[in-house]
Amino acid sequence: MNTVVLLTCTGLGLGALYFLIASGLSLIFGLMDVLNFAHGALLSIGAYAAWWAATDGGLGFWPAVPFGVLVGTAASVLLELALIRPLYARPRDQILATVGVGLALPALITGVWGSDARPFPQPAALSGTVDLLGAAVPVNRFVLIAAALAVLLLLRLFLARTRYGLIVRAGVEDRAMVTALGIDVRRAFTLVFAIGGAAASLGGALAGLYFGSVNPSQGTGLLVFAFVVVVMGGMGSVTGAAVASVGVGLVQQFANYYTAAGLGDLSVVVLLAVLLLVKPRGLTGRLA
Amino acid sequence: MTTHLKRWWPLALLLALAAAPYSALPLPGLLDGPLGSPGSLQLIALCLLYGGLATGYDLLLGRTGLLSFGHALYFATGLYATDLAMLEFGLGFVPAALLGTACSVLLALVLGAVSLRVTGIGFSMVTLAFAQAGAILVQRNPGGYTGGEEGRSAPAEHLPDALIGIQNTANLYWIALAYLVLVLAVVHWTVSSPTGRVWAGIRENERRVEVLGLRPYGFKLVAFTVSGALAGAGGVVYLLLTGGATPQAAGSDATLALLVMVVLGGSGTRWGPLLGGVLYTWAAHRLGDLANSGSVAELPSVLRVPLSQPLFLLGTLFVAVVHLLPGGLAALPARLRPGRAARAAAPVTAVPEGAA
Repeated sequence: MNTVVLLTCTGLGLGALYFLIASGLSLIFGLMDVLNFAHGALLSIGAYAAWWAATDGGLGFWPAVPFGVLVGTAASVLLELALIRPLYARPRDQILATVGVGLALPALITGVWGSDARPFPQPAALSGTVDLLGAAVPVNRFVLIAAALAVLLLLRLFLARTRYGLIVRAGVEDRAMVTALGIDVRRAFTLVFAIGGAAASLGGALAGLYFGSVNPSQGTGLLVFAFVVVVMGGMGSVTGAAVASVGVGLVQQFANYYTAAGLGDLSVVVLLAVLLLVKPRGLTGRLA
Repeated sequence: MTTHLKRWWPLALLLALAAAPYSALPLPGLLDGPLGSPGSLQLIALCLLYGGLATGYDLLLGRTGLLSFGHALYFATGLYATDLAMLEFGLGFVPAALLGTACSVLLALVLGAVSLRVTGIGFSMVTLAFAQAGAILVQRNPGGYTGGEEGRSAPAEHLPDALIGIQNTANLYWIALAYLVLVLAVVHWTVSSPTGRVWAGIRENERRVEVLGLRPYGFKLVAFTVSGALAGAGGVVYLLLTGGATPQAAGSDATLALLVMVVLGGSGTRWGPLLGGVLYTWAAHRLGDLANSGSVAELPSVLRVPLSQPLFLLGTLFVAVVHLLPGGLAALPARLRPGRAARAAAPVTAVPEGAA
């Protein structure tokens, strides 16, 4: 029982992390048809910015997280404006450009801080464990879950209640029609990149907490699982991504623990292939 | 005279490359030692191998318009299956190599048949998923077969004597060159065959091919299998060149590297992927040496840090090529002759967009 509770909480924490990456990825793909291979690099930027602020910057943990999010968001907006926007007429080249950025940025981080994992400072309030149904669950799992729930709530409010949310929802449905109505949908592109970058870099800062350290290849490693979540949840659907990330996180944790190590990762990746094959229309998302 | 030059330069280049091991020509800056030294031959052989791999990958990307993110899987299958056939079954090199390539063909046929049921970006993600599954499998070392992080080195006792040892680097070099010629011949032959014309049609507009009464699925599967077979054969050559199988060969970075090579050189052209593969491999090795050299170490850290990371430079170069030079390096001559380019009726676009 203890093990099941612990595994469930850890799986939910991991799922929360996946959601933070996948929500932005899903919105970007739904609206712009760009599969953002640089999204893992954005996560790494957030993680390293937060780590730097908390250690060398001397900010302490709590101001460091918003700092990381700010840097990640700025990087994401810059990526969209400088590299994606000039390629609107060439959809495949947009994907290729993000592949290049996804290769270059982790390499740059490796060059500056080395390829070894750096220990992430754990604030005293979050380093302990909570006794839940007889299992000692690390506090940081709950921090991740709370952050993901907050992001989910904010995104849903944004999409349902604001004018730009309306444009984004309409753009996911039919981009050409939105443009035909005289709305400059490109501003919404920059906006979803900013949102995606913010969520991913928040995920990066909290991934440091979850894994206890940061390393340059962390983001890229998580990206494949985020793709699984995006496809499972239906491209462009934030709620779908939330449900899918919980499922993927739990399946991965339980399969890794109860069967051979690594089988969980393998099963999730194979799940992606099976899903796409059984439901190829799962890619054309509906915003819910 | 110039028409002769145009027509025969590939053959002249091939002869020059074949004679390279007999030359002691020093190429300072380009290579560490003289041309015929084992170190230089090893590097050129790797360049030629990746030139061949990129050309084979372009059969999918540039010729048929299929963006596969899982090509490393078939390369790694050829590599590991050949190595394991020698290590675990005690086969000789030639049967093991044939078995390894056959495994690649079979895997490409089966996974291609499955992946091609989805189109567009879905196809890219299914191939990525299969390749990632392969990479995880190799990393986790099931049953101790793949050797996990360290990989497995090739057993010297099963390899022919002529392929072992530093004094026989020239033989390995010729094998790599032969592999490249084989890939170029296969790609040239298939692309100019009737099937190749259908591939070009699928690349430009798949719907129209269907309207003409042809089923694109079968043609795409042929492209996928041929490309996988070439990658598997490349894995065998890689095993000989590096003397072992390592998990890096299976990772998604390996596929992305191939993608960068093809786009860098110019996808859908005859010589572009070859050029991109050779340049990328050479740069990745030489930039690593450059990073450790004294002249870079003295630079201020703002310059030194980016210069010490080959992947950063190559990634940046890749983004620059995508933005500034659509069509890759192969399109460069046409761009440098504005008069001729202006007279040409259609602009050069080598990266197909119809299937994206």
